[in-house]
Parts: sequence; C-alpha cells; structure tokens
Amino acid sequence: MTIDFNFMIGGEAGQGVQSVGFLLSKVFARGGYHVFADQDYESRVRGGHNFFRVRVSDGKVHAIAEGVDILIALNMDSIELHQPKTVAQGMTIFDGEKIKGISTDNSNFLSIPLEKLAEEEAGDKLMINTVALGAALSLVNYDLNMLNEVLASHFGKGKVGNSNIAAAKAGFDYIQSKHKGEFLKLKSSSDTKRMLLTGNEAISVGAIAAGCKFMAAYPMTPASSIMEYMAAKAKDLDLVMVHAEDEIAAINMTIGAAYAGVRAMTATSGSGLCLMVEGIGLAGITETPVVIIDAQRPGPAVGLPTRTEQGDLQFVLHAHHGDFPRAVLAPATIEDAFWITIKAFNWAEKYQLPVVILTDQHLASSHATVEPLDLSKITIDRGILFSEKEENALEYMRHKVTKSGVSPRAFPGLGKALVVTDCDEHDEEGHLTEDAVDRTAQVQKRLQKLIPLEKEIGTPWKHGPEKAETTLISWGSTYGAIYEALDILHKEETSINMLHLNELCPFPAKAVADAISRARNSYVIENNATGQLAQLIKAETGYNVSGQILKYDGRPFTPGYIARAVQKEVH
Amino acid sequence: MVAMSDYAGLKPTWCPGCGNFGILKALNRALVEMKIEPHQVLLVSGIGQSGKLPHYSRGNVFNSLHGRPVPPAIGAKIANSELIVIAISGDGDAYGEGGNHFLHAARRNHDVTYLVHNNQIYGLTKGQASPTSDPGFITKTTPYGAASPVNPIALAIVSGASFVARGFAGDIDHLSQLIENGISHRGFALIDILQPCVSFNHKNTFQWYQERVHKLEDKKYDPSDKKSALEKALIWGEEIPIGIIYEDDLPVYEDQLPALSDGPLVKQKINTRRVKKLLTEFT
Repeated sequence: MTIDFNFMIGGEAGQGVQSVGFLLSKVFARGGYHVFADQDYESRVRGGHNFFRVRVSDGKVHAIAEGVDILIALNMDSIELHQPKTVAQGMTIFDGEKIKGISTDNSNFLSIPLEKLAEEEAGDKLMINTVALGAALSLVNYDLNMLNEVLASHFGKGKVGNSNIAAAKAGFDYIQSKHKGEFLKLKSSSDTKRMLLTGNEAISVGAIAAGCKFMAAYPMTPASSIMEYMAAKAKDLDLVMVHAEDEIAAINMTIGAAYAGVRAMTATSGSGLCLMVEGIGLAGITETPVVIIDAQRPGPAVGLPTRTEQGDLQFVLHAHHGDFPRAVLAPATIEDAFWITIKAFNWAEKYQLPVVILTDQHLASSHATVEPLDLSKITIDRGILFSEKEENALEYMRHKVTKSGVSPRAFPGLGKALVVTDCDEHDEEGHLTEDAVDRTAQVQKRLQKLIPLEKEIGTPWKHGPEKAETTLISWGSTYGAIYEALDILHKEETSINMLHLNELCPFPAKAVADAISRARNSYVIENNATGQLAQLIKAETGYNVSGQILKYDGRPFTPGYIARAVQKEVH
Repeated sequence: MVAMSDYAGLKPTWCPGCGNFGILKALNRALVEMKIEPHQVLLVSGIGQSGKLPHYSRGNVFNSLHGRPVPPAIGAKIANSELIVIAISGDGDAYGEGGNHFLHAARRNHDVTYLVHNNQIYGLTKGQASPTSDPGFITKTTPYGAASPVNPIALAIVSGASFVARGFAGDIDHLSQLIENGISHRGFALIDILQPCVSFNHKNTFQWYQERVHKLEDKKYDPSDKKSALEKALIWGEEIPIGIIYEDDLPVYEDQLPALSDGPLVKQKINTRRVKKLLTEFT
C-alpha cells in the first residue's frame, strides 16, 4: 500500500456531515480506491458534534486510522477536537468568515468562504457541506467529473443535483485558483466493480439473497437502517416489512411468519432485544426458525444510543429461561455480514431454532469497499420438509421425535397436514402435555439438534505465524482493527498472531483451546468492560487467558490503540 | 362435506359448566357452516383457559405466549394470505398482557378474526381480577376492590377495528353467527365473548349475563354508524347489548402490501438472481 490517506468531516448534526462523508467514500470507491469509513454521532437531530472519517488507500483497508490528512471543519468544535490529530502536512478546511479567531498564518489552516460560495454559486447557503467536499477533492487534485457523476446519482439530475454540482464546483475551483499544484494528486480509474456498503446494508442484502420474505421490527439505533432498507425494497422484491408497535410484537410476528413457511427476521438493539427475550424462547420451544439481528450499543438500558460496544455476548448466549438450542454468529467484516446472514437463515431452518447475529454500531454504520461477491456460492438449505401424500397427511406430527432431533416441517394451509405447535411443552403432535415421558423426549430432541449443528462450526480466522509467543483472541467487528494492529506489531518484531471468532454458539472450543495452549500468552480484545469472550472461553475450554484488552467508552478500537495496548501487556 | 366431527379435537379439561364449551361449539359450528376444512384454518391462541381451545378443536394450531396471539397471527396471515386466521384470547391475555398488540392490530386493521373469551376474571391462575372485572370486585389480588375496567368494545372502535361485536357463550346460535360474520369480514374483527367462570367469578354468573344481554338485531340497529356504535359501546350494567356493534369497510393492512399481489408469500419461490441487480446499486 503506497497511499493511505485520511479525511475527516466534523460538524453539528444537521450540517450534512453524513452526506459529505458518504459522498467522499463513494467517489473514492468508484475511482478504484479501497475505502473504510466510520461515523461518530450523537443522539440528536440538530446541534452537538458529529464526525465521519474516511480512509482511502490503494491497498485493502480494514479499519479506521488515527491520523487525519484533510480535516473538513464545519464548526469550531471540529477544529478544537480534531485539528490536533491532523498529521504534520495535514490541512484543515474551514470557513473563516463563520468560524472566527483562527489564524491562517499557520499553513495547515485553509480558510474558504464556504457559505458565501454556497449562496452565490449554488443559491443555497445550506450547501456549505458540498462546497467543502469539492474543495477537499480539489486539494488532492481528484477528478471533478467523477464527483459530478456521484452527485448526480445521489441527488438526481434535477434541481437538487444541479445545485450540488454547482456547489462542489465552486469549492473545487476556489482551491484550484489559489493553490494549484501545491498538493499531492490522487488519481482515479473507473474500471473497478468494487461496492461500497455498510454492515447493515450487507445484512439486508444478505437476507434478501437468502430468500427472507418477511421482516417485522421496531426502530432502534443502530439497527433501524435494516428495516428501512427492507421497506424500501419491499415493492420491487416482493417482501414485507412490518413496522410493529414494539419489539415484542416484532419478534412474535416474525415467528408467526416463519411458522407459516417464509424466511423471516427481525432486527433490534439493546433494550429492544431485552423485550424480545420472551420470543426467543417461543422460537426455541416451537422450533420455529427465526433470524434476530442484534446491532449492539453500550448498555445497560438506553446506555449510549449511537455508540458501539460488544456488551451483549453473554446476554444473547443465555437470554431466556430453560434449556434449548440456539446459534449465535458475529460477522467480522462488512463482507462477512453478507455471508453470515445467509448462513444464519440456513442454520435456522436446518435446525429449526433461533439464530442471533451480533453486530454493533461500528459494523452496522461503517462503510467499506467490498470486492464483487460470487453469488454462485450462495446455497439455500431449507432443512427437512415433510413430503405430503394423501395417505400420510393425517399422520403428520410437527414435533416428531427423530434421531437427529430435527422433525420434518410442514407449512399450515399448503396441504392437508395439520401443523400444531405450542409454547407449552407439547407431545409429538404439538398438543400441550404435562406427561413426564413426553416432556423428557421433547427436551432431548431439541437439544439433540446441537450435535449436527456443532459440526457446522468452521475454523476461526487466523493471521500471523502459526506459532507465536502471543495470541490475540477476538470476536465480531474488532477483526479489522486487530488485523492491522498485527501488521504494526510485526514491524516492531513482536511474535504475535490472532484467532478471530465469527461463530460463537456452538463454540469452536477445540480451535480456541489449541490456540491458547500453543501460545505463551493469550489476550482477549473486546469492546466491553468484563471480558465476555474470556468468560465464554473459560466456560467452554477451562482455560484462563493471560489478560484482557478491553475498551468500553463507546468508541471503536483503532489498530494503533491495540498495538500500544499489546506492547504494554507483553513488555 | 365438512361435519362437526371434523372439528372434534382433544377432550377438554375445562371445569364442567365453563362458558368455554359454548364458545368452542359456536366456533366449530361456524367453520362447518362456512364449509371451511380444518387445514384451511389457523387457530392462534395465547395463555389462559381460552388458550387451550385450539387443542380441543381441529386445525393448524399455534398456541403462543401469554398476551401474544395477535402478532404471530398477523405474521402468519401475511406469510400465507390464503389461511383463515383466528386469534383466541381471554380477557387477561387480550386486554392486559396483550393490550398494546390489540390496539395496534385494530389500528392497522389486519385481516384477522379475534375471539376474546371475557369472563371478567383470571381462571387459569385461579381467581385474580382481570382488566374487565367490574369496579369494586373483590378478589385475592384486589382486596379493596378492582379499579375501573377497560372497555374493549369502545377501545376497538376508536382504535380503528372495522368489525366489533359482543357475543354471549350462553347463546351458541347467536355467537356462531357472529363468528361467521367476523370470519367473512375483511379486516380486524373483534368478537368479545361474555362467558361465566363457574369456579372463580360468583358475581358475573350465567344467570347474571342471561338477565342482561339483549340482541341489537332485535332493535333494527345500524352498525355502520360509528357514533351510535360508541354509544352502544358505553352501555354496561342492567342492560348489555350483544351482536355486531360496529362494522365498516375500512382499508385492510394486507391489501396495502404490494408483495401479496403475486399470491401468498409462502408460495413465492426464492429467487437469488434479483440480488445481482441489487448489488449494482452499491457500485
């Protein structure tokens, strides 16, 4: 990688930070670059302070970086908070007519009359963000036509699109006229097919690819964009998204749809999942396949609504009373989120149980470039279905005890077989019973399904030398930051490797135990306060890890943070 | 031909004399009269003595959690719009634990028929006050008397349900006809059914209801007028109206879902080819 360039846009909610961040990411993705971008925002619609970081590289990038090359500061807070993080040659763009008292004697500050240009050239002073976008791209001598294309496809070719194009041009030309040739050049090429998508988009498209036809949900940050995406596509793709009255209704509607034979999911976060807990057990005892997305945010209760954490692992492993099987998956990357969602639907139907996908705000709302997906790799496995003939319809038993624990599924109304199930303990037919023999048989058959399910668990992701003094163990969205931290640590000649889990229940106990026993030191790295993976490792393997690198301030890890923390631990 | 014997399910475990027997018979009779076969029906119940009803009839059965029969009924109806979906609750299930679902199902006007066994008491948990217990009613959990009750009929009307009726478990012919009307109606159809609880409610007995109920049909009542429906909904005491209290042709939730215009979701094939086009939107 020869180019590793970082933009940051900071401003108040309502100033268009998010759209500039997205457009900047898009224009570089379309121009052949690898992009990773994350969003940091407050739980408010106006005011406060938000920022969006966009990392651009000619090699694959997995995480955000700490340094900033170009800071677009739309408010004073952005300068105070982020200017100190700009690199030595870094530039800060701001509107000196609006943000007073900043001296431009320091050549790292560049005042541009953003509001004046927006008003004069685009006829709308709210377009300061697009003027700044044009200026930032001008500073790296990027292709203005490519920006125009992106603006036209984002805002449409009408008045709004044209005004944005005019605003961007004003910013672009302003820099070119005053500072031509002073800065580096980021070239673009248009022969790339790389996509730019967020974790929530990857999950949504993955669900559609898996044949999900029904979703019910209640809005909750950071999961809401999944339901919005599904609703937007409902008409074109023949699917239904119900905005339910609450999360309890959402999961119960999802279960009803799945019982009736369609692939169904719900998505929520934190307290929303707390409300769904009753439904998780209902899916468990009625053996109804449902996929539940938990986009984690810091808790307990409302916690930090717009921020990130991995605090729900132990909760989702145990949520609900009683014993029944479930599966828990945690995508490591945005691309992985697509594939894991498809896997979740297959597991849910093959084993007739609830599958939870654990993401977090960091994965849900970060953007990354993803190589074209090989859709021929998608498999749809709906599990064992009852094949009805005239003579066997009346003998159908929804909860028939079988050797594998999996009973063939029939769907109500599609044949003459009656599909009976109950949240009470039931007999093989599905009718409620208190009989001790039936009870024992049904508990056993449900738990029996774990045996074939355990065989589905793959090998955790490994990086670094096979044998190393230190092994880092992690799960979910922290993958990218740890992967890049490994690079930093290898350059410092640290003997280190990593083992990363995207499947957590059933737990890959052998792979984890082997890794811990081979390394001198093993550390978990987690975005939570109590080392929830470390607890799971202890429970599943008996091993204690040597230490825990934990972060629970609501912000994601950076590679630099991890490298420094590891160095402190191992020396 | 469909016969009553097609709807003979497991032997009920209800107390002798329970109002549930009348409701079970009225439901089975309505389904037979409408020539509906058991495999065409989905009975979704909650928890309480009412929740057991589907097991004592026949059909597809989803016996769901306490207070929650309506959401899975909605999910199943959307997944397979050809199913005749009947949700079954008691007064605690529908108006206590499931109150929010009740309001919103009425508001969105889902095409589901909702039978609520209303005996003004909790039976399964043995005699505590319910959301419809009369004010001042003394039970183990309301030693100083129950607070004022919810009015399910008025609530359903103001929430937007397009069919609101009250039946009486002691008048099976009348109730059976109401259930037929509810099933035939497109939209959310609430049938609140008064029933005695012989074990725990010694106030609102069979005789108590029998002396008070009067049929609206006998008085040439027009249920399409919302204002007079609300007036009827407020009558409770010496006289209790039964019959269709409100009925109108309102937009049905399922009719507004474009995906259902191609037939039931469950019959639509999974088509992964569409994803390729979807992904180009991200380039």
